[in-house]
Amino acid sequence: MPRYFSVSLTLLVLAGCGGGATSLKVSAAASLQSPFTQLGGARYSFAGSDQLAAQIRAGAQPDVFAAANAKLPDALYADGLVERPVAFARNELVIAVARDSPIRRIADLARPGVAIATGSATVPVGAYTQATLARLPEAQRAAIERNVRSRDPDVAGVVGKVAEGAVDAGFVYRSDVVATRGRLRAVRLPAALRPQVVYEAAVVRGSKHPGAARAFVRALLGGRAAAALRQAGFAKP
Amino acid sequence: MTVARPFAAVCGAALAVAVAFLALPVVAVFADAPPRELVSSLGDAAALDALRLSFECSALALVAVIAIGTPAAWLLATRRFPGRALVVTIVELPLVMPPAVAGIGLLAALGPAGLLGGITGRHLVLQTAGVVVALAFVSAPFYLRLAQAGFAAIDPALLEASRTLGAGEGRTFARVAIPAARGALGAGAALAWGRALGEFGATLMFAGSFRGVTQTAPLAIYERFSTDLPAALALSAVLIAVSAGLLLAVKLATRDAVG
Repeated sequence: MPRYFSVSLTLLVLAGCGGGATSLKVSAAASLQSPFTQLGGARYSFAGSDQLAAQIRAGAQPDVFAAANAKLPDALYADGLVERPVAFARNELVIAVARDSPIRRIADLARPGVAIATGSATVPVGAYTQATLARLPEAQRAAIERNVRSRDPDVAGVVGKVAEGAVDAGFVYRSDVVATRGRLRAVRLPAALRPQVVYEAAVVRGSKHPGAARAFVRALLGGRAAAALRQAGFAKP
Repeated sequence: MTVARPFAAVCGAALAVAVAFLALPVVAVFADAPPRELVSSLGDAAALDALRLSFECSALALVAVIAIGTPAAWLLATRRFPGRALVVTIVELPLVMPPAVAGIGLLAALGPAGLLGGITGRHLVLQTAGVVVALAFVSAPFYLRLAQAGFAAIDPALLEASRTLGAGEGRTFARVAIPAARGALGAGAALAWGRALGEFGATLMFAGSFRGVTQTAPLAIYERFSTDLPAALALSAVLIAVSAGLLLAVKLATRDAVG
């Protein structure tokens, strides 16, 4: 009996994942979770932008794709898979550390024994991190790279690892630190190292609700959506 | 006969649907993975690192699960004690736990800021040992559950005979119970190994993803999915083939079971 119970429980849990409304489906960068969830009004799927783009290439069809960079939506646009992307927000790459961390600047990350998490090279936050590190003197870059303990597939994983103390520091977005409500502190990068972090959204071609999808993208530029983005730590596009 | 025939047809159709549904993604992976990619994926050092890590860590986890799980399952199968139902439920819980919950739980328990953080520090998180811990956690219930069912299904007369012939409890367990439950133990080990090989979420949250240290094959596949779909398919095909081989080997090795 208990055996059958656990099997049926598993099936129940699986069934719970279904759920079907006809609302807008939005595939969004993991870093947009906090403002978009607050915004509501759609069914969101949060993951690394690169994973979401790959899903769209593989035939998955959300109505809107909102990415943490311009490169991925632009590439999908070039291949005719999405409509013209719209830049709707900016973010800033920072170093997230625990509130009481002794880390004050990027040079501190090169010290032996400091554990660091970054995004994998394929996800925007990881690509921004690589671009930043590439601007450092070679010896410093190598020392920091040696301290990297995990290359996570999305920024949420990096934030989690810093928050749980698994690492001392992680390269994330400013908005991710804002979302921790004071649990983590952001160490800003010198302006010369800061990459341009622009978020773009696009309507996915073949969307069953193109009107609503376009309205969603337009709405990101002002009003309640823009307010939610500003409050979450994003800047104007 | 007139009743049995339509029923048999229904069962046959149900089996056909089940097999088709379960086999289709596997077939599709092999159909879509370009043969040239399949071969070149074996020359991809990062992919090989991931496969090697997956097999080493899952094998270590399985050894630990079998070593601790076999006597534990024997106790659960042969003794009635207060709180037994609760113990069985605790043992089954990881089966119904989403991997992300398992990952959070492991961090909260064995992470540097966790319950036992004072002892574990950073010896497990983001380390290869952490991968083994995550794999053992998610796969142990499969083995324990089947081992318990296997031991419980042994004819009590067989165990009684062993005892009346003078064998102690330990000897009865080792010489009679384990051989008699061999089929169930093998099936449990195969399921646990399969689950460990496929583990993704708990590994990522607890052990992270770093090539050669904590990036197992499923994590490497996920990383490739976004940049190099053919390579992701090829690595998937290799993982499926080797996993199938392992499962088959375990089943064959334990086939001539008594129970």
